[in-house]
This record gives sequence, C-alpha cells and structure tokens, in this order.
Amino acid sequence: MIDRKLAPDFKAIENINLIKPEHKKLDNGCNVYCFNSGDQELVRIEWIFNNLRFDAAKPLLNMAVNTMLTEGTTTLSASEIADKIDFYGAFLQVDYGYENSLVTLYSLNKHLHHTLPVILDILTNSVFPEKELETFKRNQQQKLQVSLQKNDVVARRDFNKAIYGETIYGLGATFDNYKSLQREDLLAHFKQMYQPSNCTLIIAGKIEPETLTLIKDTFDKNWTNGPVAADTSQPELKPATELFYFTEKPDALQSAIRIGLPTVNRNHPDFQPLQVLNTVLGGYFGSRLMANIREDKGYTYGIGSGLSSFKQGGAFFIATEVGADVCKAAVGEIEKELGLLKTELIPEEELSLVRNFMLGSLLGSLENVFSHADKFKSIYFAGLDYDYYDRYATTVKTTTAVELRDLANKYLNFNQFYKVIVGKY
Amino acid sequence: MVKFNRFTLDNGLRVIVHEDNTTPMAVLNILYDVGARDEDPEQTGFAHLFEHLMFGGSVNIPSFDEPLQRVGGENNAFTSNDITNYYITLPSANIETAFWLESDRMLSLAFSEKSLEVQRNVVIEEFKQRYLNQPYGDVWLKLRPLAYKHHPYRWATIGKTIKHIEDARIEDVKAFFKKHYNPQNAIMVVGGDVTTEQVKQLAEKWFAPIPAGEKYHRNLPQEPEQHEERRETVTAKVPLNDVYISFQMGGRLDDDFYATELLSDVLSRGNSSRLYRSLVQDRQIFSEVHAYITSSLDKGMFILEGKPLEHISIEQAEAALWEELEKVKNEEIPADELTKVQNKTESTMVFSEMSLLDKAMNLASFELLGDAEMLNQETSKYLAVTAAQIKDTATKIFRKDNSSTLVYLAEKTESALA
Repeated sequence: MIDRKLAPDFKAIENINLIKPEHKKLDNGCNVYCFNSGDQELVRIEWIFNNLRFDAAKPLLNMAVNTMLTEGTTTLSASEIADKIDFYGAFLQVDYGYENSLVTLYSLNKHLHHTLPVILDILTNSVFPEKELETFKRNQQQKLQVSLQKNDVVARRDFNKAIYGETIYGLGATFDNYKSLQREDLLAHFKQMYQPSNCTLIIAGKIEPETLTLIKDTFDKNWTNGPVAADTSQPELKPATELFYFTEKPDALQSAIRIGLPTVNRNHPDFQPLQVLNTVLGGYFGSRLMANIREDKGYTYGIGSGLSSFKQGGAFFIATEVGADVCKAAVGEIEKELGLLKTELIPEEELSLVRNFMLGSLLGSLENVFSHADKFKSIYFAGLDYDYYDRYATTVKTTTAVELRDLANKYLNFNQFYKVIVGKY
Repeated sequence: MVKFNRFTLDNGLRVIVHEDNTTPMAVLNILYDVGARDEDPEQTGFAHLFEHLMFGGSVNIPSFDEPLQRVGGENNAFTSNDITNYYITLPSANIETAFWLESDRMLSLAFSEKSLEVQRNVVIEEFKQRYLNQPYGDVWLKLRPLAYKHHPYRWATIGKTIKHIEDARIEDVKAFFKKHYNPQNAIMVVGGDVTTEQVKQLAEKWFAPIPAGEKYHRNLPQEPEQHEERRETVTAKVPLNDVYISFQMGGRLDDDFYATELLSDVLSRGNSSRLYRSLVQDRQIFSEVHAYITSSLDKGMFILEGKPLEHISIEQAEAALWEELEKVKNEEIPADELTKVQNKTESTMVFSEMSLLDKAMNLASFELLGDAEMLNQETSKYLAVTAAQIKDTATKIFRKDNSSTLVYLAEKTESALA
C-alpha cells in the first residue's frame, strides 16, 4: 500500500538554460538578434521600435500610427495587405506599449518570400488613408464608450494618471484625443519613428541560412534612414499629490479597487527581492491576498499584486474587484496583510515554497524558442544583460526573511499608497 | 504531427503519453467527461462550482495548491458545457507530485463545509464580475435560452441564477463526485520530458488502486431542429446597441463541422474576412462585427455579433448582416478565398504544436471525441472541404426560421450622454 498522505520526494531546480541570440547589424543600422531552435518549419519575426517622446498635446500618435500600419501603403490597400498575409496562412500583428511599438509576423518558412515584402512595404510606405483614419477614430471612440462602463478599466485609468502624471504611462485616452488625430501628424510621426536605426529585429524559430539571407536582402538595401533621428527620450514621471480617488457607481454589484505607489524599476538592486516579496503577498494563486480575501473570506473571484518596470521608474499595485458591500472590509484586510509583512518574518516554510514556485515559473515560462526571445527582450530594452537572470535565480534562492521584512518597511507603507475605488465604498 | 502512446488501466482510466524532450517541463492534464450539460435543470452551475471545490483538499491531502507550488508547479482548470479539464505544469523532475495530487482527488475529496461555503461565495463573485457587472456580460444568460428550448445547453456554465449556487449543499457535492469523478469518466494526458515507461509505472502506482466506480450513461434531451424565427430585445445600461444572431448548427462530430468552421472563417477571420471588409470598412455599418461557432459536442450555435454605429438602426444593421449571409448562400466562394482560410487553419495547427499544454489538451479532447489520433487528421479534413460544401452549409444554416436574434438597446442615461 502506498502512503497517500506522504508527498513524493522532489528536486530543487538547479539549472535554467537560456538560449542566447546571435547578433548581427545591418548596414542601415538595424540590429538583428536570431534565436535559432525548434522543429516546426516556422518563424516569428518582430520589428521593434522605440516610441517617440510623449507629447501631451498629441498623446495618441504612437498608438494610432502603430495600429494603422496595416491600413494601407502607397502600393497596397488595407484589404490587399490583409489578403496577402492571410492567403499565406501568416499572422501579422501590430502592438504598442508604453515604450516600444512592434510589428510581428508569424509565418511558415516556405511562404516568407511572399510575406516579407508586405512588411517592408508597411514599414516604408504606409500612408494612413483619410477614410481609414476616420473609421479608426470612430470605432476607437465606440470601444472607449464600452471600456468606460467597466469599473476595473476606470480604476486602472485613474490609478495610472495619479501615479504617472502627464506621461505616456499615465494616459487615459479621451474622446477628444481621438477626435483631434490628424493624418499629417501620423505621417510625420511615422517617418521619424519607423526607420532602421530605431529598429531592433528579433527572429525566433527555425532559421535556415536562406531565411536569414532573405531577411537581410529585404530589409537592408531597400530600407534607409530618414534625415532626422528618432527622439525617443521620455518626460519625467510626476505623481499627483492627492492620494485618494473614489468614483461612485450607485448600481455597482462590485467595486474595483486599485492601490499602490511608484517604486523602483528592474535596474534597481531592490527590484528582484521586491519580486519575491510581491509573490508572497499577491503574486501567485496561493498568495496571502488570495488565501485571505478569496479563499478565506470569499469577497472576490480574484485578487493580485504586481510590479511594473519602465525606463523611468516602476510601480507596485494591488488590484481586485470585490462585492460592493464588502469593499471597505477588503481594503482593511489588504492593509492588515501589508502590516504583517512589515512586522513579522515570513515563515521559512512559506518562503521556501515561494522560492520553488518562482523558479518553477521561470523554467515553465521557457516553453519554446519564442519564450527565450521574450526573456531577451525584457533585459535588452531595460539595458541589462544575461547576468540579470543569474542574479534573479540567486536572489530567489537566498533572500532572507529579515531582508524581506526590511524591504516591506522601506517600500510598502500603506499611508503613502494611492487608493482608487470605483463602485461603492 | 503529435506522436503519442496510449494505454488503459484496469479501472478504465485512459492514459495518453506525449514524449517531448525539448522541454525540461511536464504537463499532466485530466479531462473529466462532465460539463454543464450534465446538470439538473434545478441545480445549474454545479459542474463549475464543483471544479472550484476540487481545489479544496482531497481525502489524504489537505491542500492541493500548496504542495504543487512547493515543487515549482502551477495548475488551473476550466469548465465548459461539455467537459471539465484540469491541468498541471511542473518541472519534469517532479512529475510524481502531479500523480500524487491528481490521483488523491480522483480517489475522494475532503468534502469540507468550509470549502463549500467559501467557494459558493467566490463563484457568486465570479458570477457578478463576469456576467452581471459588465456591459453585455449577461449575453450568454439570455442567448442560450433563446437558442435552446430542450437541450441543457440552454443554460451557461456559470448557471441560470445565483440562487442555484447559493443552494448547493454538501450532499449534492458528494453525489456529483460519485457520479462523474471516477476513472471511467476521465482521460489523462501526460506530456513533456517524460517516458511512456515512467508514466505507465506512475499511473499503475497512483491511479490503478482507485475503484472504477459506476459508469455514467448520458441521456440528454436533444434539441429538435429549429423551424421558427426567435427574437428578444432588451433595453439595458449598455453604451451601444448590439445585435446577436444565433443559428442552430450540427455537433462537433457532424460531417459538415469542418465546412461550417471554414464558413465562419470566411465571414470573420482576420481583416481580409467578408464581414469586416464589407460592413466595417466599406459600408461602415458596424464598429465591430464577429462570427464564430461554439464547437459543442451536441448541436451547436453559429453566432454573428455586431455593434452598429450610432446612426445605424437595428433594422439596417440586421439587414446588412443578412445580405452577407445571402451572398455565401447564393454563390460559391472563389478558390483563392477557400485556399486562404484553409492555409490559415493549416498554419494555426502547426503553431499550436509550439505549446506543450495545447498539445496535451488537444490529445485529451480528441480522445474524448473517439480517438486522439484524430488530432493528426484535422488539417487534412479542413483541406478536403470544397466551396460547394461551404455553400450548402450556408444554405442549410442561414435561414430566418433557424435564427435566434438578441438585440441590446442602449438605455440613454445622463452619464452615457456626457
């Protein structure tokens, strides 16, 4: 008979092997990083651009230019772009973040000679046609109307605005922001931003020599820099002085809560131990916030905390949606959990679990060659190198309970927190 | 091509092994052949509530999550109208922990009153968060009973009402477990950095001692063919009008399933699709429009959904949708357009092989459909569909008297006008 009460032996995670890229630079200044691995005959290619400096008078340009890259060029209409990509079973995505904008192509290798020229055309000849721009503006405003009815969305907007001020990070787009988008501004923005010297090209998948030759042939001599280099600096973050924001929704069944404060980013030595502390508090299913507020009290379907890291700084936040009648009680429990981290040492049993969980998560996040490329992006755009991950593994294994308690006292003071409630309080 | 080995334990548990040594991880996926369709009409939402209770401790192990996290693993689960699926990913060196945990909760739960009470509350908050406190969140609570009059697909997995969740009792939980959670009703897939020999040995050790239990024989009222046009209009606190049209279609194993799915791709997959191009870009009727199928095991729903622009009336919006449907009924789609949706499907299948968890879930789903090997025949089935079949399918499905239309009218409040 087996003893089912007894857990099987387990092994600690020792080695985490990251695939590092091969680096090349095209003559036009574009940096290329290749991650060659995998059995499937496919690749993911990302063209990643630093966003231009945020302009509060024209706050949506980064987003609008990126989103509309697929809406037409001097030679292809939006429909023709979509047709060509879809016909070859490829996937073309555009995505924008606070600091970077991406164009991503997923393609089977055998079709790359059809799909790559479309990307080149988009990156060099986009025209942002007036009609498509009007459609974009109108549809985005309709989407905004729906988003503004969601308490969690409103809470996130209010929170970001409070802690980041008038920057790209604090922006909550308004109807007027969309209305004021002008085609000439998009074109000028596009010309300055989407040039090879502001681009990092990341290729992941099964990269045959001919794949690489094809990419180089397409994106080197046919793609040149403009006269003005991209200004990719960003304004300073300016947190607001007011800490409490409450938007009342009399009919709300649930209230959205988002609280937290600006803090250090990935480049600071405290960031990695803070990640451990964050995991204990609200970074995994078994976290203290989940155990208390969901699994013990049943106030919510989910609660979590997190750390954001940007070039200019970072933030710590806790977010949840709770029954409207228990909103105050939930905030009280959050405060209690933060207090415990500051006054009591995390028991070794709990800390060892969190250590193993975090290392397992890191290992599990390396599912395929795309994930290895993603790990590289996190450090590359923060100006860090692969030592970062070695330090991460060491920090996770060795940070002590005393260090974590001190860290909580240094960074997690509830009376300094920005608090946003949308719903009832 | 996803290779696998397969064996069945004496107690009826089916086990599939997919060896993939390119990863240091392993996944253990268990599909239980029970979904919301198996619920009592007076106790809906139970399969999903039960899924939550599966994390509340088992007979020999007080906490499910804690020991798993301790060995670097993660897990989750989902419930649909057809199935309940649980999965664990963890470093392959610790795979035995997954066998230990999953086998103990298949053996028996702890059935704790406290766990039931808390999970009732959690699920009620989930009900509010996802279905009631969101604009259009209640669409499935309204559309399902419109589209189904007999089949238990007429309620959503979350349940008909919060009351059914509140009323759940520990005796019901025990009875549900006995009826559905036994080896005969489960399919286990183990994938990743493991060997078939190792999985056989671990399965024998941890799962073979579990009693076979009673076989559940499903006998659900099937939905008759629809021959009446149905319609419901609701005025709600939503910012924009919204139109849903649901058509009855066949089940997952019907011959025309593949043509039906490609038909939905022709209409709505990507920016080159018909509805987007015609109704969003060219004619500017909708701000967004979608077509999709539910892929359910019994008769499914083929759904069109669109939010009309503010100056467009509901009548105009519906008429525009029907015009597009008439086109696919009356004319075969051009060869290029068919090749396009087939190519897209083919590459989607290749890309899905990049994910270990996707592969494991797919193997389990196809084994439930009859044979895991069907996963490797999927692409060729999509490639065999002809334009004539798509036209026939469209003609069969897109009939007024096979439609159930749900319209949301935006209640104009002060805040909406501001």
